[in-house]
Amino acid sequence: MNVVFYLLAALTIGGGLAAVLLKHLVHCALATTVAFAGLALLFLQLDAQFAGFAQILVYIGAVAILIVFAILLTRGSELPKGGVFSPSWFVGLVIAAGIFAVLAWAVLESVRAVPQQTAIPDVTVRDIGNALVGRYVLPLEIVALLLTAATIGAVIVAMHEKERPKP
Amino acid sequence: MANTPFFTNFDQIFIILRDWLVSFLPSPWRPAACVVLEVIAIVCVFPGLFALTTVFERKGLGRIQNRLGPNRVGPYGLFQPIADGIKSLTKEDIVPLSANAVVHFLAPLVLVVTVFMGFAVLPMGRNMVLVDMDAGLLFFFAMGAATELSVFMAGWSSRNKYSLLGAMRAVAQMISYEVVLLLSSVAVVMITGSLSLPTIVAAQNSYTGIFPHWYIFTPWGLAGFVMYAIAATAETNRSPFDLPEGESELVAGYHTEYSGFKFALFFLGEYLAMFSISGLGTTLFLGGWSAPFSFLTFIPSWIWFFSKVMLSIFVFIWMRGTLPRLRQDQLMNFAWKFCLPYTLLNLIVTALWHFMGEGWMRWVVCTAILVAVYVFMGRVEMRSEHFGPRRYRYAE
Amino acid sequence: MTTPLAGYLLVAALLFAIGLAGALVRRNAILVLIGIELMLNAANLNLIAFWRFGPHPEALTGMMFAIFSIAVAAAEAAVGLGLVISIYRHTNITELDKINRMKG
Repeated sequence: MNVVFYLLAALTIGGGLAAVLLKHLVHCALATTVAFAGLALLFLQLDAQFAGFAQILVYIGAVAILIVFAILLTRGSELPKGGVFSPSWFVGLVIAAGIFAVLAWAVLESVRAVPQQTAIPDVTVRDIGNALVGRYVLPLEIVALLLTAATIGAVIVAMHEKERPKP
Repeated sequence: MANTPFFTNFDQIFIILRDWLVSFLPSPWRPAACVVLEVIAIVCVFPGLFALTTVFERKGLGRIQNRLGPNRVGPYGLFQPIADGIKSLTKEDIVPLSANAVVHFLAPLVLVVTVFMGFAVLPMGRNMVLVDMDAGLLFFFAMGAATELSVFMAGWSSRNKYSLLGAMRAVAQMISYEVVLLLSSVAVVMITGSLSLPTIVAAQNSYTGIFPHWYIFTPWGLAGFVMYAIAATAETNRSPFDLPEGESELVAGYHTEYSGFKFALFFLGEYLAMFSISGLGTTLFLGGWSAPFSFLTFIPSWIWFFSKVMLSIFVFIWMRGTLPRLRQDQLMNFAWKFCLPYTLLNLIVTALWHFMGEGWMRWVVCTAILVAVYVFMGRVEMRSEHFGPRRYRYAE
Repeated sequence: MTTPLAGYLLVAALLFAIGLAGALVRRNAILVLIGIELMLNAANLNLIAFWRFGPHPEALTGMMFAIFSIAVAAAEAAVGLGLVISIYRHTNITELDKINRMKG
């Protein structure tokens, strides 16, 4: 386990923690971007170059900006009265800690069943393209339909309503 | 003649120089030293070109506007960048009191770092690419997408309504035109069959007779190049798309509150983004480092690459001096209602080109479709404009 | 962290728990969405880690799943944030514990 993995893991977890703990919303959004960047670098360490670059392009280039625009459009720049944590924060924390405990136990228990070292997979973009129009063409078309529906739906949901004529 | 040892050595002179310098080191250090030398070369060459371009731009704009540009510092004003550099390094670095100090500091850094990363995949000459990645084009666009976030960070952290407005406009414009940029590059990827930039240049490096096989000389390539050029101008916030930083509109947009070296970094970042997008445009459409005619291949490949990039910069400067600025809603309309449908049509025409096979027929059909749709869409978009003698309305 | 795979899986589990905590603990609707995005990212990391260290990486199943997941997550973020903006426009509130009536 090399130093780079520990650094990237620290960056990602740090970004995630900052994203849920900070008070100011725009800081949270920027910390989320740091977490996304850390994850993209982890993907690159796992030899999944296409997924890593797609993560940067989609998450940092689009989703982070979307979150920031939404924060600015809903006046998230001011701090709310009454604190930023909901009244039942302790229960939420306990649930999350419980889930992490179960997952970590499952991982550490089953670690013996997995092979220690595997060869680096030799995957080119051409293989990904062939797979997308070969074996995975149905999910591709469904995702295309889903994205079209999501685009139209988001526009309709967020559109200004037409002014009703005054009686 | 281009194959004689003198010319091939001159072409590869930087590779030979690098190998000679690295041979002084012990063998395990050599790959790392190669990379370090190449990075140093990029970090020295492109900011040097940036300095040259600032003079070029001010003189060029001056001449277009019927005045001389700077001509005091050095012969014909050529040492002006040195004066500008000294000025920006010695200015006081003012950070507003209510500004968010950490984000304010990080924004120009993020911009310059992501823009420099984009240069890693550009093939600047034969065998002269820093990293030959399998998904090189995707990496370049990922770095371009990361640039938008730094623009927002700069505008928001200044706690200034002009900065924030400028940043929001800039980000909205960059996102819209990024789609057009990506789709116009996809046409090239479709025909070449690879996302790796050296492969794309190698596919354009052949000649029929004396004419090159550059993609701009095909109908879909020309349409794609025009769309790419428009999107590149908008991505780098250059005139006529420079409303986010228009001096007469928004003070200075998202870099209002930056002074001294940080402003110089923003300036550097903007010009480097211009170089890198021009570099990608020449790689995709203008044949990268290949020579325009087959009898000119004795001139080194890196000279061709940089000449094409400087020609694109000259066209950017020309457009800045000539065209009026577009309003924000005109800009967004143009992107979503004209550029995007036209680029999608270009993809279909590219596929048609590929499947029609060799011959004169595909030239005629593809050109006809592209020109007809362009004229038709132009008529449809402009139907509410009334051209003709001006009508005057006077107060009664 | 005896194997590299276990290391990546633990990082993914921790990020998932952090995202879940964020979605459950914060009041602002947008932070809930940020928590959901973190959870989806953790699942993607899991998928890619299993793809890399699994038996048949040349079948590309893990990578494909992760890429589709990125696309679907982006779409879901868009619709979710559109909803948040729409609710804000209607009620001028983004705190989730205040939006507790169907009337309006």
